[in-house]
Amino acid sequence: MMSEKNSPILEVKGLKTHFFTKHGISKAVDGIDFTLQKGETLGIVGESGCGKSMTSLSILRLIPSPPGKIAGGQVLYKGKDLVTLPEDEMRKIRGNEISMIFQEPMTSLNPVIPVGEQIAEALRLHQSMRKKEAWNKAVEMLKLVGIPSPEKRAKQEPFQLSGGMRQRVMIAMALACTPEVLIADEPTTALDVTIQAQILELIKNLQKKIGMGVIMITHDLGVVSETCDTVAVMYAGNIIEHAPTEKIFTDPKHPYTQGLLNSLPKIHEDQEQLQTIEGSVPSPYNLPAGCRFASRCPYQKPLCHLQKPDLIEQNDGVKVRCWMYTAEWTNHVEKEGVVN
Amino acid sequence: MLMFVLRRLIQTIPVVIGVTFVVFFIMQLVPGDPAVLLAGEGASKETVNAIREQLGLNRPLMVQYFDYLLNVFQGDLGSSLKNSQPVLDEIMVRLPITMELAFFSILITIVLGMAAGIISAIKPYSLTDTSVMLVALLGISLPSFWFGLMMMYFFSVKLQILPVAGWDSILHVILPALTLGAGGAAIVARMTRSSMLEVIRQDYIRTARAKGLREHVIIYKHALRNALIPVITVVGLQFGALLGGTVLVESIFAINGLGRMIVDAIRMRDLPVVQGGVLAASLIFVIVNLFVDVFYRFFNKRIELN
Repeated sequence: MMSEKNSPILEVKGLKTHFFTKHGISKAVDGIDFTLQKGETLGIVGESGCGKSMTSLSILRLIPSPPGKIAGGQVLYKGKDLVTLPEDEMRKIRGNEISMIFQEPMTSLNPVIPVGEQIAEALRLHQSMRKKEAWNKAVEMLKLVGIPSPEKRAKQEPFQLSGGMRQRVMIAMALACTPEVLIADEPTTALDVTIQAQILELIKNLQKKIGMGVIMITHDLGVVSETCDTVAVMYAGNIIEHAPTEKIFTDPKHPYTQGLLNSLPKIHEDQEQLQTIEGSVPSPYNLPAGCRFASRCPYQKPLCHLQKPDLIEQNDGVKVRCWMYTAEWTNHVEKEGVVN
Repeated sequence: MLMFVLRRLIQTIPVVIGVTFVVFFIMQLVPGDPAVLLAGEGASKETVNAIREQLGLNRPLMVQYFDYLLNVFQGDLGSSLKNSQPVLDEIMVRLPITMELAFFSILITIVLGMAAGIISAIKPYSLTDTSVMLVALLGISLPSFWFGLMMMYFFSVKLQILPVAGWDSILHVILPALTLGAGGAAIVARMTRSSMLEVIRQDYIRTARAKGLREHVIIYKHALRNALIPVITVVGLQFGALLGGTVLVESIFAINGLGRMIVDAIRMRDLPVVQGGVLAASLIFVIVNLFVDVFYRFFNKRIELN
């Protein structure tokens, strides 16, 4: 799927999204860099509150504002910086060239508008289709995402559909205008495991057909291993590791990624208790000066608390934000005279 | 849908019977004897008794009540004690006037209230929002008899652009309808605002934005339809308050509607007229509520009518 590896469709550079509240500034997204290639599926993983959803909302400029604001950085799409694009230009991109599937299928559809109309309105807007034409295309999209008797379903309102069907409607809506980039924010969290697999398969197949880039936001490592080409692991508003999916699972570099994988239950081992990562995530209102994971890290050194490491590309192409993989670390350890 | 309307109409029968019961017995509790009032001051005991006999007022109350109820179901609301005219005829003359007043008032309540609410909700906590909500607060707080008199003084006496009282042309409608509709408009404005603000935060509005829709499509198509659901209920309730308000407003602006008829009849202890008038007003309220339910269903198909 990485055949067109050298044609980036979306480049995020130093993106910062901050929330200005009366409790202070919450740095939900604090300097994110990644590149999405055409036809690539990039997974963004991390626990709740690490900033993965806010990253995706920032790309489409859908941050609730106030209090949220994109405080810096660029989102380059086809050479245009989406952060500074005028609102009416941005509207032409939303739902047309970059579209999004939301996490909550139960609440993300308008409860009083027939689902067919909710799909058709984007088609009329972006593809200048006539009413009838847009409706027929909407029905066709419902059929494509595997909804039985789509003509009938199109006329129904969301409450008449099951959760799985609603998520299919969301997907149909997002894909109706054949976007170049699809952002799927936890597309399967609210669904049964069997439906989950179907939905992921569906996104995969459609991706092959349309050739779009997909950003898959999830906290489910199972979803990642099944669908993603590369994975960016987020922690407290930063990407701490970005690597091909296989590498993440076989050779995790960052202590946090290692901790995440260790905390997964293992089928072939008899475990009494699941592993956890000690401590808790720092508050986005009060982030430490050094590495954000340092206080929970089993390998922490004084250096880690002093200065924040950069996201540095290693020899094998894996990018990791950790002092352990830098020259400074070796010097630091030698100076201390500690050998692990 | 048709079955629903039919069933609701049948359900109104016990409501109407209840209304007749309450009105009939409350009027019995009101001090003052209609026979004495009719006979006039200084009339002899024999005359009063004769009148009482003639009107059947000396029969047991329950007998009087059931007699009345039976007549009501035959379309006979009795005759006025004052001028012996059939009550139904009187109501048929007065009711259209009150309905016209009520129609324009509720129109003001809906149009003014919703418009103000939407304007406020689009830019919450802005200067526009604060000003609109301040006016709405005034609208709720000011008593309508005072507000009506002030408007009458300002527009009719000072500026002389609108008639003081009466009911001849469309110009006569403006002040009474404003007086009657203003309070409701204020309540509807506040309700629309809070409902809109609630809806704008919902996930499906974010979905609509993510689709690239224009802001006015998001507001009017995606938000308003959802926001109006609770507002419809409030409008229905306001209509009841509004019918009660006609009593005051018709008295202030000297309009010969149903409300004024009831007030005059109460003063005269003209029981059949009071009963007939209240019965007519209740019927209208029940029918309006039926409309509200049907509208509710139209805006929100999740509601099962069965």
